[in-house]
Parts: sequence; C-alpha cells; structure tokens
Amino acid sequence: MGHTTQDLLRLATAGSVDDGKSTLVGRLLYDTKSVLADTLDAVHRASVDKGLSTPDLSLLVDGLRSEREQGITIDVAYRYFATPKRSFVLADTPGHVQYTRNTVTGASTAQLAVLLVDARKGVLEQTRRHAAVLALLGVPRLVLAVNKVDLVDYDEATFEVIAKEFTDHAGALGYPIGSVLSIPVSALVGDNVVDRSAHTPWYTGPTLLEHLETVPVEPDPHDAPLRFPVQYVIRTNTAEHTDYRGYAGQVAAGTVRPGDEVVVLPSGLRTTVARVDTADGELAEAEAGRSVTLVLADNIDISRGDLIAAAAAAPVAVEEFEATLAWLSDKPLRAGARVLVKHGARTVQAIVGELNARFDEQKLTSVPDPESLALNEIGRVLVRTAEPLPVDDYAINRRTGAFLVIDAADGSTLAAGLVGAGLPALSGPGTPTTSGDLVSPGP
Amino acid sequence: MTTQQTDRAQPPLDALARLESEAIHIFREVAGEFDRPVILFSGGKDSTVLLHLAVKAFWPAPVPFPLLHVDTGHNLDEVIDFRDRTVARYGLRLVVASVQDYIDDGRLQERPDGTRNPLQTVPLLDGITANKFDAVFGGGRRDEERARAKERIFSLRNSFGQWEPRRQRPELWNLYNGRHRAGEHVRVFPLSNWTELDVWRYIKREAIELPSIYFAHTRAVFQRDGMWLTAGPWFGPRADEPVEELTVRYRTVGDGSCTGAVRSEAADLDEVIAEVSASRLTERGATRADDRLSEAAMEDRKREGYF
Repeated sequence: MGHTTQDLLRLATAGSVDDGKSTLVGRLLYDTKSVLADTLDAVHRASVDKGLSTPDLSLLVDGLRSEREQGITIDVAYRYFATPKRSFVLADTPGHVQYTRNTVTGASTAQLAVLLVDARKGVLEQTRRHAAVLALLGVPRLVLAVNKVDLVDYDEATFEVIAKEFTDHAGALGYPIGSVLSIPVSALVGDNVVDRSAHTPWYTGPTLLEHLETVPVEPDPHDAPLRFPVQYVIRTNTAEHTDYRGYAGQVAAGTVRPGDEVVVLPSGLRTTVARVDTADGELAEAEAGRSVTLVLADNIDISRGDLIAAAAAAPVAVEEFEATLAWLSDKPLRAGARVLVKHGARTVQAIVGELNARFDEQKLTSVPDPESLALNEIGRVLVRTAEPLPVDDYAINRRTGAFLVIDAADGSTLAAGLVGAGLPALSGPGTPTTSGDLVSPGP
Repeated sequence: MTTQQTDRAQPPLDALARLESEAIHIFREVAGEFDRPVILFSGGKDSTVLLHLAVKAFWPAPVPFPLLHVDTGHNLDEVIDFRDRTVARYGLRLVVASVQDYIDDGRLQERPDGTRNPLQTVPLLDGITANKFDAVFGGGRRDEERARAKERIFSLRNSFGQWEPRRQRPELWNLYNGRHRAGEHVRVFPLSNWTELDVWRYIKREAIELPSIYFAHTRAVFQRDGMWLTAGPWFGPRADEPVEELTVRYRTVGDGSCTGAVRSEAADLDEVIAEVSASRLTERGATRADDRLSEAAMEDRKREGYF
C-alpha cells in the first residue's frame, strides 16, 4: 500500500461563476484515477442525455439536483483523492456572489487555496473578493489557475498579464512572493492539471498536481505556547481507574508534556500536567492537532469551556476585544446586536458594541463607521462578552483566534469571527493600505 | 485498549491519525453540548468504526450514549450476531426500531419489490422522537455519493427529519454549531472526511473486529439486477433465478433484498485493502440497488429524513 503514513493537505478552490472550477476538480479526480467506473458511467450517460459530445467532468462534483439543473455549484462539496505522495481533502466552493459565505467555510480549514480565473476575462471583482477572504482567513498559500488557456491560443503574454495583476493584488493583501504560484491550465483539455501540456512550452513551473504534492504543508503551531480547550470532563471510578478525572480536548497550539506548568482560564488556578492519556496508552508528549485527555496534579475545579494554557505564556481573558467579522447572514449586522459567541469549547452571550470599519475588498481600503454589515461584507467591530474569554490574535493562531457568531434566537451561524484587525487595510480606519504596513497571512 | 505506558516519541500525525483525532474531537463536542445523543449502529463496518472511535474518545469511562439500530428484518444472521456481541462487550444499551413491527401492524406496507431500505425512514424518525434523541451519530462519509459530499459534519434536521441543502449552516474551522430548536435534531457524521480505503486501513491499524461477511466465504447466491443476492427467506430467489454456490464477500451491510455480495477471494484485511485499492466500482454502485434508482436517489431520500 505505502500510503499509510503519508500526510494530509487540506485545500479549497474558489473562483467566479463559469471559470470552470467544477471541471478543474473533476479533472483532478479523473486524472488521478480517483473516479471509479460506475461514477464515470453515470457522468457519461448524463452527458449524452444533455447532448454533449465529451463527458462533462463538472457532473462529478455538482451533486444537488438544482446544481445540475442550473449548471452551477451552490454548496461546498468535499472531495477526496490521494496520490502515492499525499492525501488530499478538497473543499470545492461556489463562485456566485450570494454563496461567498461558502468560500469562507472552505477557506477556514484550508492550508492552500486554488483560485481560478478565465484566461479570456482575467482578474475579476469576484477574484479580488475571494483573494481578500482567503487572506483574511489566513490561508497560507495561493495558486492562481489561469483556466481556458486553450481559448486564448496558449498565449504567454495574456497569461503573464493576469499572473502579474493577481500577484500584485495578493501582495497587497499580505502574501509574500513565494506563497503565490500562477499556472496556465485548461481543465477541459487537461493542460498542466496533472499532465504537462505540450502547448505551453514557455511555462516551466510545476503542473497543478505536482505543486499540490510537493508544496510544504504549514505545520501546526508546535512551538507556540500550549492552548488546550477543555471539551469534556471524563470521570469514572473502577478497580483499574480509581476516581479517574481527566480533561478531554484537542491540542489547539503548542505541545503538552507531563510535568508542564499550566494555568486554567478563566479561573487563573495553576497546576502541573500529571499525565497525557489516550486509549492507546500514555504519551510522552502530544502536539497540536492531537486529541488527548490531560490528568492534572491537583484536584481543581475545571469544566467544559475552560482553557488549559502554558503558565509562562497564557493569554489574558478579556471581556472586550477588537475583531474582524465576515458576515454570513441575510440579516444585516447593526451596532448593539445581541448574539452568542462560540470560542473554543465555550459559548457566551455577547454584544457587538461598535462597527468601526467596513473593508472595501476592491480598493483594499476601509470605510469608517459603517451603518451596518450586510451579507458577504467584512468589517472590524468591538465585541463585549458576558464572561471573559482567553483569546489570541487570529494572525498568531487560527485555532484560538477564531470564533463563531451565533443567533441566540434561531441558532443560525451569523458570522465568522477573527480576533484582531484581520487584514492590514482594516487596521486603521480610512487609511489606504500602503506596501509599508503589510503583514503576511497565517502564522 | 491497554493502559501500558508507551512513551513513544511522537512522529508527526499522519493522515489516519488526523482523521481519528478529528472524529474524537467531534464525539466530545456532541457529548458536551447535547442532552441525548445516540449512535446509529447497524453492525456494518462504518458504524463499527464509529463505535470504536467513541470508545476511544471517552476512555477510560464508558461511551455515554446508547445505540440505535433501524432493523429492516432482512438481516444476515452473522451481522445480528456480531451486533449483539459488540453491544454486550462494551456494556451499552441498544434501542431497536423494527421495520417488521411497522409492517405487522399496518403502519408501513411492504413494497412490491420487497426492498425495505426506503421503509427505514419512518421507524428511524419515530425512534428519534420517542426517545427525544437530539444528536444522532451516523457513519456516513462524503466520498460515498455526490449529495453526501455537500453535507455538513453537523447536519441540522427539522422536526420532520428533513435535510434542506440550501439552508445549511456554514461550518467554520473546527467550531461546530449544534444549536437547534425543540423538536429539531442534528445528524452528526464524524467519518465525513474518511474514504472507504481510510476506513479499511484504520480497521487494520486498530485490529477492529468485523462481521465475517466482509471477508470471502462460500455462499448460496443468485443474480438479480447484476448483483449477487443471498438466497434466504426474504430475498428470493424467484423461479427464474438459479442459485449458485460462489466465493463472495460483502462490501456494505444493508437490507438483504437490495444489498449484493461481490465475487471475491479477499479473505483477510490485507487482501480486502488490496481489492478496494484496485476496485473500479464504488461500494454503493457495486452493491446497493437502492442508490441506482435515480440520478438524485440519495438526495431525495436524505430530504425525506433518511441518513
């Protein structure tokens, strides 16, 4: 088999309507032989029924009836493929403006994003908006797939103009040069997706799949100070485990070892890690991303929602903090809104006190003191919570700097919340961004 | 599940360890946020892996949820035997929602084709309502089918158990929103990001026991709609369907009248993994007549409240 110890890359795709995203994803699945014969048969049959002469690979991913009827993608589709080098979890996100919230969903867990543009149209408004969302959510690496190069006669100059415009835009959003790669592709024909194209001798970089297989996976923040949100208290009393009391959770940042000095927030009580337990036995250490159970040296009161953190570098629990919201609801946000905030394993009541700025993702500037934030808008706000939350800045830690804004009445998710100013353009209201004050996205 | 000290230096998490860690995280979130969760358990490989992960998530305490089996009555003996042994081994409570009971008292009618998979929805929803279950774990994976590929890990269902694909909540980072109103419940899919091959490799890595029908054995079968079905009291054969003794195995567990065996010599896990790696058919396409009914078969059944 040989696949069992390979690593995992989570990626997202984004692009405007009709850029051919579903076709590109279909091509990746098809050319990596991740599509099995019966699925292909169904696509061939459906393509013939639609009067097409070649199989429509987008049918591999457009799963809902209304998507197939309208020929568009409505919802995030998750796809899985593996090569001998790596396993991939791919979030295919829709291009329609009203579905940008799904791009936020796909981007929140992505380590890399593939943005598509149509070589005939170049960088569009929606491309710029998507890039801003990807930067905001801290996706560390971007690929610009300049699709349909066959329709511009594989013209190098056309590709170069688009690649430069996008690289400049990404740079203004904080992406350093080496984190963005542009590739000329044709998803329909298969140029430079998996196999190198004979039509683009002027392009010397990797194909899309070669790049995905070899791009460094951003490591979880192992070296960061420990952050361990307590999800559940495991208690039992058996002959083998007398008065067992362990704190179950997933290490959000750093590494935890027996003997570590920790502080429990918000209580501020200090203790030491006695054991790092799993069902497979005790561990000498557990790094970010691993689900474990901590047994502590002292019997102190800890419950779900508390945070166990490195004593030497604990976050401050605050009741008021600046945050960036990507608003995902049809109901606009206005100052004074009462909401719920879910951070780590804790959900608290909160008020959005002030709307300080709305981000203009086209001009990369911010508009001060907006009346409201509407669906798909990004803004900087002040959040006040009923109980203190031990937050980190999202730019430092995507896991402990993230929160959900939830409608207390109907339970719906209203916004993706990021602690801190988010994008450089949002850090000062009304001030256009210059290249001098950029920070790179991600940790 | 031993308590011996391993103290191994930890290599970076590989893909399977990441999937395991994610599933355990999901189980613990549900235990922390819901009042009455339940695990759907059929004795099939996916629900067996699900239960194994639940055991690991709460070790050394017992799994804090009961199990629910929607029993079509069209079962292979090996699977029911395995189900009962597994429940006893972990000391769990099993709730059975029986399709046969519904047919016997007239609440459901047998379909002309004898297939009972579509009949599971009503007993499932009644079982959820009667027991006031508010979170229902299922072994569904997004790689199974195109409609499933779009479902969230926490999938909100209205009081009719229906899935509304256009009204799904955005699912951000690993922060799951389980808020629901009275009468609604949430279906939870901890194996969402696993593939069929991941499941098999994990079964091997963890040495998880499965019903014997997953491995090659000799069985009296007959052919219908291109599938090999077990000869038995509910399933047939009809007069024009000759019975043959063949070496077969099952890739999925389901209603015996529409879940077929495949010709296979794969007698152990290594051989099954090799076979799955090389297969040119999806597991549902190969063995489930109910998913072949229409292009949108799965989406339609999910909208009605099916898993």
